[in-house]
Amino acid sequence: MGNPLPSSRPAEAFPAGLRVLIVDDDPTWLKILEKMLRKCSYQVTTCSLATDALHILRERKARFDIVISDVNMPDMDGFKLLEHVGLEMDLPVIMMSIDGETSRVMKGVQHGACDYLLKPVRMKELRNIWQHVYRKKMHELKEVEAHSFDEVINILRNGSEDIEDRYLIDETEMSSMRKRKDVENKEFGDQELNDPSTVKKARVVWSVDLHQKFVNAVDQIGFDKVGPKKILDSMNVPGLTRENVASHLQKYRLYLSRLQKQNGGTCGGNMPSDHMNKTIKGNFGLKSSTNMQQDWELTKYACTIENFQTLGIVANAAHVSEMNSRVAPAQVIASKKALVNDAQLGLFLSFKGMLPSIKEKACKPLHDERPVMQLMQYPEQENYSILEGYSCLANPDRDHEPSFDHLPSSQPLVMSATCTNGKDMKDLYEMKPLQPAIPPMACMIDSVSIQVKHGLVNLQDTGAICKLEGSPSIEDFYLDETNNQGCFPLTCEVSLKSKSDSDSMPEELHLYSVQKKLDCLENLSVSGTEIYQYIDSVPTSEVQSINWCEASELTGDYLYDQVDYSLIDEYLFA
Amino acid sequence: MDNASGLQRQLACMKKKLFDQGFLDEQFYQLEELQDESSPNFVEEVVTLFFRDSSRLMANIDQALEQCPPDFHRLDKFLHRLKGSASSIGAGKMKNECAGFREFCSEENLEGCFSSLNPRSTQLLPLLFVHASTLVQMPEIVSEGEEGAHHLEAEVGELLPVAEASRPRRQSNSLW
Repeated sequence: MGNPLPSSRPAEAFPAGLRVLIVDDDPTWLKILEKMLRKCSYQVTTCSLATDALHILRERKARFDIVISDVNMPDMDGFKLLEHVGLEMDLPVIMMSIDGETSRVMKGVQHGACDYLLKPVRMKELRNIWQHVYRKKMHELKEVEAHSFDEVINILRNGSEDIEDRYLIDETEMSSMRKRKDVENKEFGDQELNDPSTVKKARVVWSVDLHQKFVNAVDQIGFDKVGPKKILDSMNVPGLTRENVASHLQKYRLYLSRLQKQNGGTCGGNMPSDHMNKTIKGNFGLKSSTNMQQDWELTKYACTIENFQTLGIVANAAHVSEMNSRVAPAQVIASKKALVNDAQLGLFLSFKGMLPSIKEKACKPLHDERPVMQLMQYPEQENYSILEGYSCLANPDRDHEPSFDHLPSSQPLVMSATCTNGKDMKDLYEMKPLQPAIPPMACMIDSVSIQVKHGLVNLQDTGAICKLEGSPSIEDFYLDETNNQGCFPLTCEVSLKSKSDSDSMPEELHLYSVQKKLDCLENLSVSGTEIYQYIDSVPTSEVQSINWCEASELTGDYLYDQVDYSLIDEYLFA
Repeated sequence: MDNASGLQRQLACMKKKLFDQGFLDEQFYQLEELQDESSPNFVEEVVTLFFRDSSRLMANIDQALEQCPPDFHRLDKFLHRLKGSASSIGAGKMKNECAGFREFCSEENLEGCFSSLNPRSTQLLPLLFVHASTLVQMPEIVSEGEEGAHHLEAEVGELLPVAEASRPRRQSNSLW
């Protein structure tokens, strides 16, 4: 049933021939939707499993324009699929569900859905889905146009000397960047009214192939040395610009960090795409109380701060120590984003983790028997470094399905390290001091101290984990290697100073402690920040920190096994 | 032929009744509209798919209810699926009853759950109806002659009393 449609898309008949992929586990709906879409003259492919859908999207030469997916599916959560598609293929995704609860819809939007349809879906709603494809194309063109190259260059210049080494920014390159921008502007202007598919000349579409080239280039260069220009040169794709690569690199890093979190039971952050133009100021520190001895309790703190103007100290360690529980390690991610010159995003992660007294507990590896210690793990690589700052060895856990929290089109980078199953812990961590030169990104973080106790983590380099110019030395940093147990008690103490260029005061940093119970999910919005809170049955005494995780991504086992280390990272948000 | 047209009239009447009483809703019209030359049996195909899926789900639900202690979470999942399926063909009452059932689940009210199943047989009505009506359109049935027509008539005739009665759940174990 259904007429076969021509695979080429005549420009004048747009949106006819739009290539749609539907994913729904309900066979009845699949059939109905297929029929409806065909009646709209779209080209339809159906799929009842999310994993199949991903496979199709990754493998097929034939590309798709848009994906429609149900939210509740047996093999994979629709939101996860949404993230994957958004990142890997950069396609607009529409979610569907019979459940129209506000929180669900919000979740969809946060994960990057461009629309959320309620079942029963009417044909007229499907007729209009082409607008999302069109809009996306327009938006991407505008992004190219709007790149503020001058700002980027300023940042690069203001950074420490190492930055320039890495990025080789010089006059010629700057002027060529400007030229490219002009050309693209012109092209955009000419083609604005045409079929958006022809506008592809002015912007790069990150196809699976192209992405693969990109990944290969990154691998080749070595993640610690990677930079947009080097990737660009290595990829050797005509028409590809440095900006394209830079923005894709951002996304990629984000993806990996989320993957990371996923693997490590990290909590992902949902951060809105609009970012702030503020800078960090003040001190941020979490001191672990020294009275944490045997009974480590683990809490994970995760916080996301979107606009931040202030660093409030949060989480009294003292409070934390009162928490008696076998609470599984929660995840600590604190992120701070700061912008300098309107074009810079600094992201800072700090964390504090304490582990429950786990001796009695059997810890299971997250996905398989291999220990997974990841620090900014990239699926393809064994070694990688964090943003030019650190390098660490890790055992990538490659076999599991990567899943991650994905920030729709906003690119704060959250870095986290996850340790599970300390078999290889000693190999896992090798951290070098963070060079003052942080990538062409923000240089906001000054210092980090990490204190590991009862750790299965062997931090070989006891020097500064993170050190920026002018920053104080690390305090309280020492290693303590214990024998491998399942999980790792760990305390981390992070003190941080940041410098900022502006006088704006940092906003309050909110940290919440995350507990393990999955049923309770609160969605909190604090000054524009979206924070999810997991509440466990364990009472949390006045913890002012919020840990937050994606509900769907954590399971009990998951949490028990992981300890997250979050490291500092800074990121340029352009 | 007479039988067939008589049957059709009866079915048309039934259909109206079902819509009026909320067993079927607008989505069903959408399905009928989707049927065209390129997919002449569309409605029937969809309904068949629905039957298969929903009867499987209902069996799962039955099973889940019989478990001791009942697994409400699992039950809820099945119901969510069933609700989605019901919405696909426009089985309005079924959808609403699923929603009510789910509420009982969330309250972990087992009795409430059982009571939700009472009108279960009526939930099948629209399905039976649809099935019957599509059968009527099939030329083979019509040409079968009186016997075939009587058979169908009997089926349709059965539906009417069922619509108004409500049988306790346990007596209607075989759902379909």
